[in-house]
Amino acid sequence: MALTDQARAPAPQPGSGFGVFSRVPGAWWATGFILLLMPLVAGNFWLFQVFGWSFCLGIIALSLMFLAGYGGMVSLVQMTVAVLAGYVVAILGNSGVEQISVGLSWWLYVPLAILIATGFATLVGALAVRTEGIYTIMITLAIASAFFYFTRQNYGIFNGYSGFNLVVPPRLFGVDWRQPTAFYYLSLGGAAVCYAAVVYVSRSPFGLALQGVRDNPRRMASLGFNVTAHRIAAYAFAGVVAAIGGILLVWQTSQVAPYSGGIAAVIDILIIAVVGGIRRPIGAFVGAFIFVLLSTFSPDVLSAFGLSNERFKLVIGVGFLVVVFFSPDGALGLWERWRARRRSAVDPLTGKAVAGGGP
Amino acid sequence: MTEFARRNPFWSLVIVVLAAAFLWLIVAPWSPGLEETLGRKRVFLNAIFGGLTLGALYFLVASGFTLIFGLMRNVNLAHGSLYLLGGYLGYTISTATDQWLITFPVVFVLVALVGLLMQHQVFRRMEGEELRQTMVTIGLSVVLADLMLWIWGGQSYTIQSPDWLSGPATLPIVAGVGSNGAPIYMRFPQVRIAILIAAIVIGVGMWIVLTRTRLGMLIRAGVDDREMLAASGVRINYVFLAVFGFGAGLAGIAGMVGGTFQSLSPGEDTRFLLASLVVVIVGGMGSIPGAALGALIIGLVEQIGLVYAPTYSVVFTFLIMAVVLAFRPQGLLGAGR
Amino acid sequence: MDWSRRAVLGVAGATALSTAASAQGQPPIKIGILVALEGAFAAGGADGVRNVELALRQVRNMAGGRRVETIVAPSDTRPDTAVRQARKLIEQDQVDFIIGPLSGSEGIAMRDYAKTIPTKTVINGISGALETTWVDPAPNFFRYNLDGAQWGAGLGTYAMRTKNYRRVASVSADYSFGYTNFLGFAVDYCRAGGTIVQRFWVPLGATDFGGVIAQLPDNIDAIYLGLGGTDAINFLNQWQQAGAGTKIIGGTIMADQTVLTSRGRARNALIGALTSGPLAEDNPDAAWRDYVRAYQEGFPAAQRFASPSLFGVGYYIATLAAIAGLNAVNGDLSDGQQKFRAALSALKLASPLGEITLNENRQATGTVFVNEVAEGPGGTLVNKMVAKTDGVTQTLGMTAEQFRAMGLPSRTTPNDCAALARR
Repeated sequence: MALTDQARAPAPQPGSGFGVFSRVPGAWWATGFILLLMPLVAGNFWLFQVFGWSFCLGIIALSLMFLAGYGGMVSLVQMTVAVLAGYVVAILGNSGVEQISVGLSWWLYVPLAILIATGFATLVGALAVRTEGIYTIMITLAIASAFFYFTRQNYGIFNGYSGFNLVVPPRLFGVDWRQPTAFYYLSLGGAAVCYAAVVYVSRSPFGLALQGVRDNPRRMASLGFNVTAHRIAAYAFAGVVAAIGGILLVWQTSQVAPYSGGIAAVIDILIIAVVGGIRRPIGAFVGAFIFVLLSTFSPDVLSAFGLSNERFKLVIGVGFLVVVFFSPDGALGLWERWRARRRSAVDPLTGKAVAGGGP
Repeated sequence: MTEFARRNPFWSLVIVVLAAAFLWLIVAPWSPGLEETLGRKRVFLNAIFGGLTLGALYFLVASGFTLIFGLMRNVNLAHGSLYLLGGYLGYTISTATDQWLITFPVVFVLVALVGLLMQHQVFRRMEGEELRQTMVTIGLSVVLADLMLWIWGGQSYTIQSPDWLSGPATLPIVAGVGSNGAPIYMRFPQVRIAILIAAIVIGVGMWIVLTRTRLGMLIRAGVDDREMLAASGVRINYVFLAVFGFGAGLAGIAGMVGGTFQSLSPGEDTRFLLASLVVVIVGGMGSIPGAALGALIIGLVEQIGLVYAPTYSVVFTFLIMAVVLAFRPQGLLGAGR
Repeated sequence: MDWSRRAVLGVAGATALSTAASAQGQPPIKIGILVALEGAFAAGGADGVRNVELALRQVRNMAGGRRVETIVAPSDTRPDTAVRQARKLIEQDQVDFIIGPLSGSEGIAMRDYAKTIPTKTVINGISGALETTWVDPAPNFFRYNLDGAQWGAGLGTYAMRTKNYRRVASVSADYSFGYTNFLGFAVDYCRAGGTIVQRFWVPLGATDFGGVIAQLPDNIDAIYLGLGGTDAINFLNQWQQAGAGTKIIGGTIMADQTVLTSRGRARNALIGALTSGPLAEDNPDAAWRDYVRAYQEGFPAAQRFASPSLFGVGYYIATLAAIAGLNAVNGDLSDGQQKFRAALSALKLASPLGEITLNENRQATGTVFVNEVAEGPGGTLVNKMVAKTDGVTQTLGMTAEQFRAMGLPSRTTPNDCAALARR
């Protein structure tokens, strides 16, 4: 609880939905343009492997951020929800395992995947909200492991240990969405939509009530809010986001197997969300980008320094520890503090870090 | 116990009948019809006893976990790492000295020291921030796992038990009837019997300390109301240190036990962390008898599942957990919140 | 385990040597090594890297008249990581071809990835899933090692004919490699007339086998133990504690170095155990002896195994094949590597394990060895070669139709032992 108690999101102004464009700071426009024009400069590897993967992981971490940051519930089951959506895509759509895959068309299996994964997330939520705070971590971790073991043992539906290969996005409007540039825009679009949705929901009456529930459930209950329903609804919404991320991820890796949702992957998502900064939605993507860069290039960097690249996990773990220790607010928090310090050096009167990084 | 019987006469009756039927299954020779449905009695008996010993091991790991949680509200997700560390240290020391029994206290002290260090250097600095503490333990478990992989490598180790514990013992329980009509008695590994006895001794010891000594009184008071205890002048930090050290040491001992009758390798830390989680969720957070009951249930379910439905045996424990959560979120013996 | 730095230095040193030789000024050939260096196979993977280095060193880092450079991409045996690293090798590091991967599910994922890079080539490291080259194989994926099913060939015949084990029960790992490896044994054993009384599949991650041990039937001559590494040690330990009885026949990874060198009583149960696999440490063949000597002299004792591991041999032979292929086309990788692939397909590779050829699926046909665990000097356990089968094909001597009709390896395949015996 403690972390999210401090981690109050910058107070959203009521009615900020109006005139959104004029309020968006210049830095955001610049970021948007750079991201849109990226394919002009970046190579295929960067587009598909670095950015595409970052967006997918970022969306999944975003769903965790939503639950943890606005709902005060750290759920480790988000990766599982995403992987389940991926499995549904593989089972109902096309894959290399022809005995199992049904081969429906995309406009059927994509909504079904989101629906099924959301249903699962809601169910888990209904179970998890019976407990609070740290209990939630344990229960969701246990459910995630149960799902992992189940998929590994079940051959009839989930194809057991091997999982599914050759799960590729459909050819639509004459575009092969697996091509790096196409996939880049697809995942960028998905990330933008999910980001906007999370920001919008967080400022909606529901989102505000959810933050109220996070800060003081008893008061909200006495005000007539149904605390349990709000929490379960938050799980459902986060489930939709995670499912979208999961579908994109299965298309990116083109395969899904039990280990995609194993304990390590589950913890990775938590690390991404925390390292990026669990207070703001954009933190999820920052964290994902850092994580992808590290896991892609750390072997090169480590061996350049004469270290064995087997120690990659150690780097990640120590980095995570440092962030949790010194900046509960993640990398974004560090950045803001640095800016605040610089600004305060210039003008101590307005030396507060506000507005700039807020959603 | 009597109060429970008075309040729930029907459920008490059901429990008594089930227990009696269970005992009868263990003691009485099985009829051919029974063997047809349940398989050979030897198999059943082995599953039950295997489950008991596995439960004993789980109890050793989970009791420290639940004690730490009960007092400090700190979910130590690095508990599995302490288990594995204890196992590796036990392997290294017992191989070097060839003294199996003496290694236990040494491992206890060493791992307890690590626990003290964690409490003193890490958790004390973020008192009251439960979520941040939990995050830190996740980070610690990642780092510890990689450090141990660095030191001990990816292969697996088995700690050699002393000669007087090797091989099977014959128990005075009839497992079946031989072809000549003579009863065949059950044979069961001595190591496992020793583990079972040790776990019972430790469990009873803990119970006595908790209920009969001043330290136990302080701990129980701390579990009930930490602020009140601190306000009444007790230096609660020392109590925290003692409990954390003890819980960690217990995990270390469990690692050595696990390394003796199973084996040690990377990944065992997560396995035992998950086992502890499930055990304490089923049994009830912060309750030692709850940990014992939870460990017993999970151990039995795992072994019986492996015998009668091997494919999904690993999933059953989690199903039980989900059922308990759905109907009794505070755990079977947990205090109502 | 500081192999990576050594790999870099080694290549750099060799580069200095060979720059004088490569006067043609052609750009060097880049080979990507995809290998598991994290998790359970980390030590085996490092041995793989070592052996690639050894094979290249033996040709002074020259193949087909061009200099050869290597880039290592570490994976963690997860298929998604393998594909990700392969993508990095191809797209970012621009390698010409990949040697790897190491484990079965990675192999299947790489088969599918290979189809998306038709102008590049993948030479398998040591992954042994049957499906990789049997179900919808990729035209640019080559495997010079035998698969998991082939590794079981000859073991059943030896157990039945020489040891007279007529009835066995099996205890194997409940995942694809367990099924595949068991299939190889079972087909051979059934054909030789043996009976498989009962099959137990233990899920990965189960560590307490007491219940399974109690269920083993009484009237059997041996158990087939299809577990590896930690699981095998756990099983043997607990089997010993429960007062072990019968003989053991093992899967390919049952009696590897990790199990043989493990301390504890597991090893007592192992003496006399039969296993089969692609290599025999005491193989008297001159080519094998030379290779082992080169390996032992090539690296300080602290940085290698006593004798090359299964993984190491796999990567070594894959590199030999790559070199032979490059030599055959004089380093010509133009035109989408068509000539190179044709040369690889036609190769009759003289390897430390004997001659290896590829079939129409680009899958190796080669020799399988049967080993027996024996007590060596100083109480250590060693594998002794007792038999070998040459020319084991992908279909285990059946026609492709017969093999296909049997079905892919699973918990119940092969399901009709008696029918195999009649055939």
